[in-house]
Amino acid sequence: MNKLYSTLRGNLRQYVMIIALVVVIIFFQIVTQGVLLKPLNISNIISQNSYVLILAIGMLLCILTGGNVDLSVGSVAGFVGAVSAVFILKMDMPVIWAILISLAIGIAIGAWQGFWIAYMGVPAFIATLAGMLIFRGLTMVILQGTSLAPLPAEYTFIAAGFVPDIANIAGINFLAILSGIIATIFYIIGEVKNRNSKKKYNFEVLPFRMFVLKIAAISLVINAFTYLLSLYKGIPAVLILVVILVLIYSFITTKTIPGRHIYAFGGNPKAAKLSGVKTKQVLFWVYVNMGFLAALAGIVFTGRLNSATPKSGQNFEMDAIASCYIGGASTSGGVGTVIGAIVGGLLMGILNNGMSILGVKIDWQQAIKGFVLLAAVAFDVYSKSKSRTV
Amino acid sequence: MEKYILEMKNITKEFPGVKALDNVNLQILPRHIHAIVGENGAGKSTLMNILSGVYPYGTYSGEIYVEGEECRFKDIKESEAKGIAIIHQELALVPTLSIAENVFLGNEQTGRGMVIDWDKTRTKSIEMLKKVGLKESIDTRVMDIGMGKQQLVEIIKALSKNVKILILDEPTAALNDEDSKHLLDLLVGLKEQGITCIIISHKLNEVISVADEITVIRDGAIIETMKNEKETVTENRIIKGMVGREIKDRFPKRNHKIGEIRFEVNNWNVYDPKDSTRRVLHNISINIRRGEVVGLAGLMGSGRTEFAMSVFGKSYGQKISGTIKKDGHKIVLNNVNDAIKNGIAYATEDRKSAGLILIDDIKRNISLSSLSKISKNMVIDENKEIKVGEEYREKLRIRSSSVLQKAGQLSGGNQQKVVFSKWIFSDPDILLLDEPTRGIDVGAKYEIYSIINELTESGKSILMISSELPEILGMCDRIYVMNEGRIVGEIAAEEASQEIIMQCIMSSNKEVVR
Repeated sequence: MNKLYSTLRGNLRQYVMIIALVVVIIFFQIVTQGVLLKPLNISNIISQNSYVLILAIGMLLCILTGGNVDLSVGSVAGFVGAVSAVFILKMDMPVIWAILISLAIGIAIGAWQGFWIAYMGVPAFIATLAGMLIFRGLTMVILQGTSLAPLPAEYTFIAAGFVPDIANIAGINFLAILSGIIATIFYIIGEVKNRNSKKKYNFEVLPFRMFVLKIAAISLVINAFTYLLSLYKGIPAVLILVVILVLIYSFITTKTIPGRHIYAFGGNPKAAKLSGVKTKQVLFWVYVNMGFLAALAGIVFTGRLNSATPKSGQNFEMDAIASCYIGGASTSGGVGTVIGAIVGGLLMGILNNGMSILGVKIDWQQAIKGFVLLAAVAFDVYSKSKSRTV
Repeated sequence: MEKYILEMKNITKEFPGVKALDNVNLQILPRHIHAIVGENGAGKSTLMNILSGVYPYGTYSGEIYVEGEECRFKDIKESEAKGIAIIHQELALVPTLSIAENVFLGNEQTGRGMVIDWDKTRTKSIEMLKKVGLKESIDTRVMDIGMGKQQLVEIIKALSKNVKILILDEPTAALNDEDSKHLLDLLVGLKEQGITCIIISHKLNEVISVADEITVIRDGAIIETMKNEKETVTENRIIKGMVGREIKDRFPKRNHKIGEIRFEVNNWNVYDPKDSTRRVLHNISINIRRGEVVGLAGLMGSGRTEFAMSVFGKSYGQKISGTIKKDGHKIVLNNVNDAIKNGIAYATEDRKSAGLILIDDIKRNISLSSLSKISKNMVIDENKEIKVGEEYREKLRIRSSSVLQKAGQLSGGNQQKVVFSKWIFSDPDILLLDEPTRGIDVGAKYEIYSIINELTESGKSILMISSELPEILGMCDRIYVMNEGRIVGEIAAEEASQEIIMQCIMSSNKEVVR
């Protein structure tokens, strides 16, 4: 029992966030009288939050490098969305080309900011604050103060489309159910493999009963989720996009050399440098990547709105930053996970959605989100200081 | 019975899974200098943290009596009110504030309300600076004075709070010989003024020269407290108490063959990274043979670290000129990766801030410089990483719960072993070791020396930078002496002695003056 306690303690923050997410879901499910988890609303929650989740992934990498944030992502997202709309609606460019070129522009913007931050030594806060102003201004310039709409269906598909079903049986989306089952199988195989290799090296693992319980609970959640999706229009295209991004970035951060270098750099830049980590390159590429993801988020958001407006993307950076910190990232760098940032983003998204259903006004929603951020980080600080003195 | 100024009775302190202190009883006589010695992790710092209220009452068991009165400190403020002040290894000064401001930080001299009375602050500061013999203007910023003087400012700060018991944790660890001597003389002076000092130190010669009583701690228990009377206390006796056995030779023997010249640096010139007109290193030429340990002796600030770092992929300085040859071939090292690829490793003097990633575990620290060795297509093989971690944990006897333990939780000696593991795993031919045993206790030092010997026996070449002359003399085959950014002497081990090395430095100083 002691052993279990210590393993739980070690991952306290992670578990607490997941528990908090579950509690929030149950709470709103009850007070909204079941509206929260209605199939339609679940699809809504996904598309409402997809762009914040995409940004949060990129933001996490920035924060890992030592508490650096990117304040410009909202403006960059707005700018790239506007540029893509101009390409399609004013220059009659094919949609696929417009999207690819827009993403390239995002990468170029990231390289521009990365250059100032990594090679010229401008503090990230300042460089990206400047970027925030620059790209907000440029967005207004290219849109000439008006909105561009509507966009073609090929464009909005990423944000608002659904993956076509392979065999619709009695109003249930078969593809959704199937993918749920496949995901469960992969998940179980992964967990068992992981457990066995940990055992091989005599590392602490959850007791077998707890392990089975954990697998059963998560499998249940996955399948309940895909079942609910199947009752509406099936799998949203943007969900596929987000899941793929989460898998790729989790893999990069935990299993590859570049990922390790990001953590090492955030943990101790001097030691990383003297160990052969090319610290400037790490910082540069993290911001290039952020530019790419900001562009992607911009395209998704523009697609969801079905128009490019001068104000779109405002305050996205704050939501993305808050997601990372709620999800357990450290302000001094080197600590945090992609999954954590996603959980943090979902927690905020569900709060938003639940409060909207209840009719809580947008001004109060802001304030409540602020309190949640403060509470999450304060809890983290408190539990850390406690574990130190015990 | 003598009246103690401080008594700690039956102190027991447990951390999760470890008993840091086990029923410790310590008595301190007034107007004495009491030294506490022990290996790292023996419990010295824990004991002092309890005494000064860092670990509040209730987190340990036992009683503390100050001048016969039981004290239950909840925080540092309460212990300070009783006249106990602790000066940690990492100084608690604000570098951008002046000496006077630092002295009265948190204890500001006020006239009315919150307004600082500068006249009072200044006159008091000047008076106190005189008292400890610090010749600096009170308006000098702390960042502009050396470590030795900063240490004095800390002491002044403590004195300004009417301290009765002054605790110093490794006060001379970062000081050169001259500053150390000044500091120790000051402590003797303070004793005569009625202040009791407790010093924690690894430098046994200093302990023997100033302490009245010496307490040896090992594994959380007090082994003995001895009166430091003439001739009865020797370094060997203390070491025996600290490690629980007698270390006959402080430097293990090695059987190595010195071969051909492996590594050469010629006419190496380096300028200050912030000031391109200030030359830091002047025409340095050295060579190291296969299987040889070459020492680089010199005072603090003589340019040894700067030399090693500038060679190691230009990690220090600008406008670097000169040539590096390995096995007779010229090589160019423009960054750390070039250096690692060419089989060169550099273990920094500052483990915590530049050597390790303290929030990462042991295995990740070991693999960091050689990730490509354990990965395929940029994907790290985590099983291999664990295997490598385990291998080195065993080979270098890193005392830890597992390779998953965080580097920050290890003791200094074990941290150094992790740094060594990292570099040995990168499979270098030449290792530049910068103060490899700084802040490490006697037992762990011996182990580090043994590792160095094993490395040379397998044909590796080592450049060892050290400020401890006995260590240089005991370990090196050949010694270069450095001063003011120049090589001022090269001495074979058989001919070397502390006097000869110091003479090299002193005579070169004269030349510079001339």
